[in-house]
Amino acid sequence: MTARIELNGRWVDATEGRDLLSTCLENGVDVPHFCWHGALGSVGACRLCAVRVYSGPDDTMGRIEMSCMTPVRDGMRVEVEDAEAGRFRAHVIEWLMLNHPHDCAVCEEGGACHLQDMTVATGHRNRRSDAPKRTHARQDLGPFLTHEMNRCIACYRCVRFYRDYAGGHDFNVFGAHDRVWFGRAEAGALDSPFAGNLAEICPTGVFDDKPWSQHYARPWDMTETPAICTHCSVGCNITLHERAGTLRKVQNRYHGAINRFFLCDRGRFGPWFVDAPGRITAPRHNGADVTPDGALAIARQAVANGAIGIGSPRASLEANFALREMVGPDRFFAGISDAEVAQVARMLAILQSTPASIATIKDFESADAALVLGEDLTATAPRAALALRQAARGAEKALAGEKGVPDWLDQAVRVAGEGRRSPIALVTPLPDALDDAASHPLRRAPDQVAAFGFAVAAALRGEAAEPEAMAVAAALAQASAPLLVAGLGLSRAEPAEALAAIAAALGAKARIALFPPEANSFGLALLSPKGGLESALAANPAPLIVLENDLFQRADPAAVNALLSRAPLTIALDCLDTATTARAGLVLPVASMAEATGTYVNHEGRAQRSLAARRPTDSAPAAWRVLSQIGGLFANNARLDDVLARLATKIATLAGAATAAPLADAMPPVARAPESYSGRTAHDLAGRVAAGTLPQTDPDSGMGWSMEGRRGADVPPALSTGPHRPGMHSVSAAYAAQTTIGGPLKGGDPGALLLVKTETPGQALTDPSPKGDGLRWLPLHTPFSASETDHASPPLAARAPATQLLLHPDDAARLGLMAGAQALVDGQPCAARVTLDACMPRGWVGLTAPRGRSHLVTLGAAP
Amino acid sequence: MSDTLPLTGHARADRTPHSLAEWRAIGGYRAVERALQMTPLELVNLVDAANLNGRGGAGFQAAKKWRFMPPVGTSPGIGSNYLIVNGDEMEPGAFKDRFLLEAMPHQVVEGAIIAAFATHSAQAIILIRDDYRAGITAIRRAIAEAEAANLLGTNILGSGFNLHMRVHPSAGRYIVGEETALISALEGGRAIPRKRPPFPAQSGLWGRPTTVNNVETISLVPHIVANGAQWFRALSRTEEGGTKLYGVSGMVKTPQLIEAPMGSTARELIDRCGGVSGTGVLRCFQPGGGATPFLEPADLDTPMDFGHMAKAHSMLGTGALIVLDTGTCPVAVTARHIAFYARESCGWCTPCREGLPWAARILTALEDGTAKPRDIEILRMTAAEAGPRGRTFCDLMGGAMGPLASLLARFGDLVEAHLDGGCPIRRGQL
Ligand SMILES: Cc1cc2nc3c(=O)[nH]c(=O)nc-3n(C[C@H](O)[C@H](O)[C@H](O)COP(=O)(O)O)c2cc1C
Ligand code: SF4
Ligand code: SF4
Ligand code: SF4
Ligand code: FES
Repeated sequence: MTARIELNGRWVDATEGRDLLSTCLENGVDVPHFCWHGALGSVGACRLCAVRVYSGPDDTMGRIEMSCMTPVRDGMRVEVEDAEAGRFRAHVIEWLMLNHPHDCAVCEEGGACHLQDMTVATGHRNRRSDAPKRTHARQDLGPFLTHEMNRCIACYRCVRFYRDYAGGHDFNVFGAHDRVWFGRAEAGALDSPFAGNLAEICPTGVFDDKPWSQHYARPWDMTETPAICTHCSVGCNITLHERAGTLRKVQNRYHGAINRFFLCDRGRFGPWFVDAPGRITAPRHNGADVTPDGALAIARQAVANGAIGIGSPRASLEANFALREMVGPDRFFAGISDAEVAQVARMLAILQSTPASIATIKDFESADAALVLGEDLTATAPRAALALRQAARGAEKALAGEKGVPDWLDQAVRVAGEGRRSPIALVTPLPDALDDAASHPLRRAPDQVAAFGFAVAAALRGEAAEPEAMAVAAALAQASAPLLVAGLGLSRAEPAEALAAIAAALGAKARIALFPPEANSFGLALLSPKGGLESALAANPAPLIVLENDLFQRADPAAVNALLSRAPLTIALDCLDTATTARAGLVLPVASMAEATGTYVNHEGRAQRSLAARRPTDSAPAAWRVLSQIGGLFANNARLDDVLARLATKIATLAGAATAAPLADAMPPVARAPESYSGRTAHDLAGRVAAGTLPQTDPDSGMGWSMEGRRGADVPPALSTGPHRPGMHSVSAAYAAQTTIGGPLKGGDPGALLLVKTETPGQALTDPSPKGDGLRWLPLHTPFSASETDHASPPLAARAPATQLLLHPDDAARLGLMAGAQALVDGQPCAARVTLDACMPRGWVGLTAPRGRSHLVTLGAAP
Repeated sequence: MSDTLPLTGHARADRTPHSLAEWRAIGGYRAVERALQMTPLELVNLVDAANLNGRGGAGFQAAKKWRFMPPVGTSPGIGSNYLIVNGDEMEPGAFKDRFLLEAMPHQVVEGAIIAAFATHSAQAIILIRDDYRAGITAIRRAIAEAEAANLLGTNILGSGFNLHMRVHPSAGRYIVGEETALISALEGGRAIPRKRPPFPAQSGLWGRPTTVNNVETISLVPHIVANGAQWFRALSRTEEGGTKLYGVSGMVKTPQLIEAPMGSTARELIDRCGGVSGTGVLRCFQPGGGATPFLEPADLDTPMDFGHMAKAHSMLGTGALIVLDTGTCPVAVTARHIAFYARESCGWCTPCREGLPWAARILTALEDGTAKPRDIEILRMTAAEAGPRGRTFCDLMGGAMGPLASLLARFGDLVEAHLDGGCPIRRGQL
């Protein structure tokens, strides 16, 4: 219901019953606050958001109230600048600063600190206490986060995020009164794969990004570039912070339909691979250095000899397209298994033909029932898992609403909701990280997961089914926005088929999300490769051009070995040394995502532009440029927009990719460095480049490389890293760029949705059941490591668990394997020791291994 | 059990609890029998007519609170209503509930049964301060006896009413006495208050409708049912019904617990304690415990009920009368109080968590003679900025600011005098 309120003398429309703080912020009135957060709601702890509220025209006195705890009432008058309210806010800061160490000079947060901003905003200046300050112990929290508890202002945001929002257990608030302390019971890496968000949720410098701290630059001394996370198919939006040519920090970049306020740790710490020791800096031929021209000549010869191209779900759309252009559509293959090519293509077909709508991550949160079929979502699409946790709270919010408790009153909702949970069914082979949020945590062997889904579909059609499937079907049928989720985590096609059947039964109210394995799996599929590695093998022998792809990560090593052995020459383009580049005759360095602007198509079919955060080196340009040089595909001065324009003419379904961001020359350049950036003309180029020889604008994105250019509200969302309002320097101010708190960005959420609905349902896939001796493979996943770029990131590598080999005790006994035994997998010693796990289905072996395996696993004891 | 001292009149001289048989022999549990023949609404109306104000500190009308409790099946959600009896009693100066729990356990259980019936509660929890071991033992035994006699359990006395009652020893924090923090602690969470609204009657323990009443409030209920509203009101000297348990401590000759008509005066109570001790001359008193503002001799004859104390700019609070003679420095007393509240702050909201330790430090510095003039300004600022209702998340801070604000208002000169080398009383200069 709309209400009219008078806000600082101006009448504005508001929503009756909504919290006053959000209402003020949305109307451009920056009421100071700490404990409130757009994703966490109101709890009234910090008392900073005090304003004077008059109940109506007859109220001449008014009251000082905490705006975050006050519901909007029609006719209300609000004075934020009221003297008494302002004085109180300044005193709140004075109290908070009593024990704060005032160590801004050495604090990572300094310069982008919400506490600094609020201190200045309230006007508190002079310290009136000369008492000694309280001190706290700090902890080593692992490779991701620093911990300096003396900076804590006890806003409780961290514990609310970690426990209440993200479902973590190993972090809490301890102690009482002025000794409350936030951390773990004992030092150690935080368990949650979302722990990195603490660096942003904390309004001070208690938690900060540890890799940043170790490669520190002041916040205003780093350039900021909008990029896309390339570590899974969710496609979260990130900001890359750079100085002097090196990455310094990765930060969440708000996207209203996807990540909104939070990233997963894989996304936050994964991009550190771009500065990893394994970067390839110069071309190599048969292990020796080769001149760039020499390398190009070899590559051209290979193309002339009828090379085939192996594309990559890790590489950008433009790079894959350039490869396809060079070798021709008939010689363009995907660097994944044939099975995965078919599965991903089928996922796209299902998304396009299903009556269900394609779920954004934000849609996850508003689902009132959900079914996850087979996917270890926390590991394969982590941000989606975090969103699903919020969906679980829907029923609680509904019951609280019946009791008159508004949904923003966070703690009251948690109580009034009586612990109700929306129905969420998780059908997985092993206990799942989301089990605690699920109403139906169900276990099925990998080959039975889809059967369960088909039973749900049958039940929805009114046919008989097993009781658990009936229960899940009933929950989905009753829901107004049921959510269906599957992926390729089990390397199986049938879960998605089952979802398609369920979606067909539920109709248009359903929302569906299918997560392919990688950031650009869908982009690669939309380029219609001729097949996967097995097909490429059949097309051999021919020289191979492998694009940004460690094939050993994505396909059965035997198939990869066969392919590489048969090829007369393998040319690998990559930024990182991998097992594949080690096997390649010619290795050509290319830019990483930090130096190459490119487009990635996420699980929704949303094309998103990730921008280069620094200039590529001369020896490692963007992969599409290297390919263009080899194949003479584009003019020498071609820009990314030219590639996309050609793509649009060649493949109509991908035409939208060009609109994922504005054309580079559509407007004057956008500034990349803050206005107060130091050493603007000198620091990274001094002595290396003659003045005026480098373009000041990235030709591929239209972003300037410097502090010159457009900034602020002038910048379209695809090129913007945040609101950047004077006086608000921290991520806590992200709300200022949102149309409504937690809603779409002003100017629209960036990206271009590529998928269009078709009527043709397409051909369903079935999964083969491998015959013979041996165990069937159950792929194990971890949130901290999924691909070669993850392995190469030092912080992620430090956090990733050891590889695992899980066996049911009965199978182990049968094979004569004991817990802790060294096993042979397919005759090769396995890095992981045997772990016995009664949750494992019998006849299966849980193994952290590259995907794409199709044959049975033979296990034996190591001699 | 009609008498003028309903709460204490039947206590045994040695203050040991009654057995169920003994309690019944003096008329115990007849009120339960009578109440179970009434409807919950009739009970609420009866308590309303008696004008029973809650004895936990705020003086909120018990009947008004009970009326908010929805009958079973009429509120959203699933599960029982809850009655919680608040025996956390950690207010400095208060020791009244201790007596009721230790010496009169069946009175508490009886009152809780009736209150539970009136509030449609099938679950009752008596939360008791952990240090009150004797009280915990006594109430547990009384509950066991009542269960054995079908005064608790299912179909109580054939009425169809079911009630399960249990004791929960508190973990020993002052804030657990605050009703919403109490509920949070009962759920296994940190003892941190919760926002009201939603009030406990809307969303209390486990989100269910909940009534929290003080031990003394509950103990009065059986007597109202047994003797009627008129009788109850007649016990009082003022509009507010009943007798009151006043606990007198500090500089009096014989500190003690006194049941007296509601609205008795401080002068009477001090006289019954043998008068002021120490110098024998009264400087000031706190009428209702550590968190109530100081009053001076001019208010010795003001009736001590909720209304009159509020009008006198103090509070009846728990009725724990703390007496200061002229040899006792109110700055020192306030310093001790504030240090206690600083320690007991739950740590949730800024003004209390950070403001109280600062104030406590300054008060100690005043006593020690190390304070500076600016410090007194800070005390005034703290009281003015953090004292008003709504500035902090709960009323702990507002309560703590009561004595501080009144100290500054009434004894400003004395406070200033502390700037010259510490407490002038201790230095023999006053
Ligand atoms: C800081 C604080 C401590 C309190 N401690 C107690 C207590 O120990 N016992 C109690 O009965 N009420 C205490 N109260 C009051 C309770 O919140 C609540 O109002 C009371 O238990 C209601 O009972 P009544 O209506 O019978 O008075 C406290 C309140 C505050 C703000
Ligand atoms: S550590 Fe940071 S987020 Fe947590 S309570 Fe302290 S200031 Fe708030
Ligand atoms: S969920 Fe996926 S896209 Fe998002 S931050 Fe994590 S790895 Fe990156
Ligand atoms: S005033 Fe605030 S910090 Fe103090 S006890 Fe209440 S909620 Fe806790
Ligand atoms: S933001 Fe309102 S009290 Fe913290």
